[in-house]
Amino acid sequence: MNDPTAAPASDPTVTRPPATPQPDDTSGESTVDTTSTITIPRMDPIDAGRITASEAPRAVITTTDVSCYYGSFRAVNEVTMDIGLHEITALIGPSGCGKSTVLRALNRMNDLIPGTRVTGTIAYHGMDIYGKDVDPIEVRRRIGMVFQKPNPFPKSIYDNVAYGPKVTGMKVSNMDDVVEESLRGAALWDEVKDKLKQSAYGLSGGQQQRLCIARTIAVKPEVILMDEPCSALDPIATSRIEDLMLELKEDYTIVIVTHNMQQAARVADRTAFFTAEAAEGHGDRTGHLVEFDETTKIFSNPADSRTEDYISGRFG
Amino acid sequence: MAAITAEPTAVTRPLTAASHGERNPQSLIFLILLWASLAFGILVLVVLLVNTFLEGRSRMDAALFTNYTSQIDPATAGARAAILGTAWVIGTTALLAIPIGVAAAAYLEEFASKTSRFARLVELNVQNLAAVPAIIYGMLAAAAAVAVGIPRNTVIAGGIALALLILPVVIVATREALRAVPQEIRQGSLALGASPMQTLTRQTLPAAVPGIATGTILALSRAMGEAAPLLLLGGLVFVKFDPNGLLSGFTTMPIQIFDWAGRSQVAFQELAAAASILLLVLVIAMNGLAIIIRNKFTTGQ
Repeated sequence: MNDPTAAPASDPTVTRPPATPQPDDTSGESTVDTTSTITIPRMDPIDAGRITASEAPRAVITTTDVSCYYGSFRAVNEVTMDIGLHEITALIGPSGCGKSTVLRALNRMNDLIPGTRVTGTIAYHGMDIYGKDVDPIEVRRRIGMVFQKPNPFPKSIYDNVAYGPKVTGMKVSNMDDVVEESLRGAALWDEVKDKLKQSAYGLSGGQQQRLCIARTIAVKPEVILMDEPCSALDPIATSRIEDLMLELKEDYTIVIVTHNMQQAARVADRTAFFTAEAAEGHGDRTGHLVEFDETTKIFSNPADSRTEDYISGRFG
Repeated sequence: MAAITAEPTAVTRPLTAASHGERNPQSLIFLILLWASLAFGILVLVVLLVNTFLEGRSRMDAALFTNYTSQIDPATAGARAAILGTAWVIGTTALLAIPIGVAAAAYLEEFASKTSRFARLVELNVQNLAAVPAIIYGMLAAAAAVAVGIPRNTVIAGGIALALLILPVVIVATREALRAVPQEIRQGSLALGASPMQTLTRQTLPAAVPGIATGTILALSRAMGEAAPLLLLGGLVFVKFDPNGLLSGFTTMPIQIFDWAGRSQVAFQELAAAASILLLVLVIAMNGLAIIIRNKFTTGQ
């Protein structure tokens, strides 16, 4: 996972030209000391208004002033945040605050809805994923997605997992191994190893969701986006997925949208709180990022009173 | 904890009161009318079927399948050329209509922007084509055949006419089937890095096959009973040879029936009735196949 060509230490507090692809810069500091405390220069002209965590991770995805539009309606306004490598980043907030929209912008799934538009830059290892020459299919292969409702294909368990490697043309010496490895990675192997040829629809909801995770990691993405992955599951299945997420973050970077604040508190390293406010002049509610910080800070000592109101259950 | 007791509450209207229920006189009359309409429809169908069967029973023999038609000897005439001709024409129709129809539907449903003028124009045309009288397609196919210099009374011309006739049905059925495939399947596929075309060919179309097959088979069985557009292609009523290619002359069962039914001898009328039974059996068999395919796929998943 530690791609040596990746831009190292995209420290959000360091001035960083947002849209410029960073060339291969392997200047030795390929590991970032996440324990060192870096004070945030709030007055930094580039980063003024940037909401950063106090301890900067090495960023895999950085968004800069990202706004998402559906037609002329601005759903999300100017989100600037960094997704840290091998971290779980949770996006929380009330319904309609645009957190799912932001999530889907991160791997260009929003492209599939006619009339959507993204402004600002979303950089994946310094490369603007909305750049002219960027192939959205390749973006989605690197940045996978798990959906709210388990959506296995109407095929066998085996074929569900093998589908991604097949269509993306991955060089696979033995598909059986890939399937087993992926199912083990999603903590599903022991439950399904004797019925790989059976339809995925025969699995329980929680198993289906883990199958969807197995299917996603089969194409070896670097980032996994999860859009409320547990909202259709019971507490036991939810807890298994949460355990799985904590295991997966060893190898993957995870961004999760959740309505369940306890879930964010349990699994996320960093939490972003979004809310929606009516824009001046008209009644459309536009979502924006209120606060983005370490999960412990968000839940114990949030900087913004709206965050505190939300997590203490006063609204939303 | 208070025990829940079945204390009768204040005297209410008894639950058995019929005057406001589902069986008040008005609804009973309406129900009877509905049943009468249904019975009328079925009765007409049964009379027709029984009548045809009784009339054609004597000619439901091997000669019907093996012999060619005859001008002078209805007793030994058969529908061999018509049966083979139907197979050839319907086969050609299927080969033309299914790929074009499925491709058109896939374009409209999966690729075209819902607001694009071209897609809307195509959509409007498909709807209009569905309303065009069958005989117009015969004229079109005849004109097309003449324009490219092939005789119009050929299998290929008949196939084109019938393919045009059922194309709107195939397109609409395919679109419905594609629309019924959950969006989550497409998104799941795309999120794994599959291209839109891979998503269509590996996920959406296979998932839509039952619907497409059902609609297409029903359309083909309708084409099988169609005589008007083929009659317009001309000179097809008296064929005493097996069709042997796309440029071969042919007759089909509806045309053969039309020819026999128009003759004065009773024996020809019986022959027409026997061929009608055969055609009905074929059409019912195809519709049955459509139902089997639908049930197999819906329970199989």
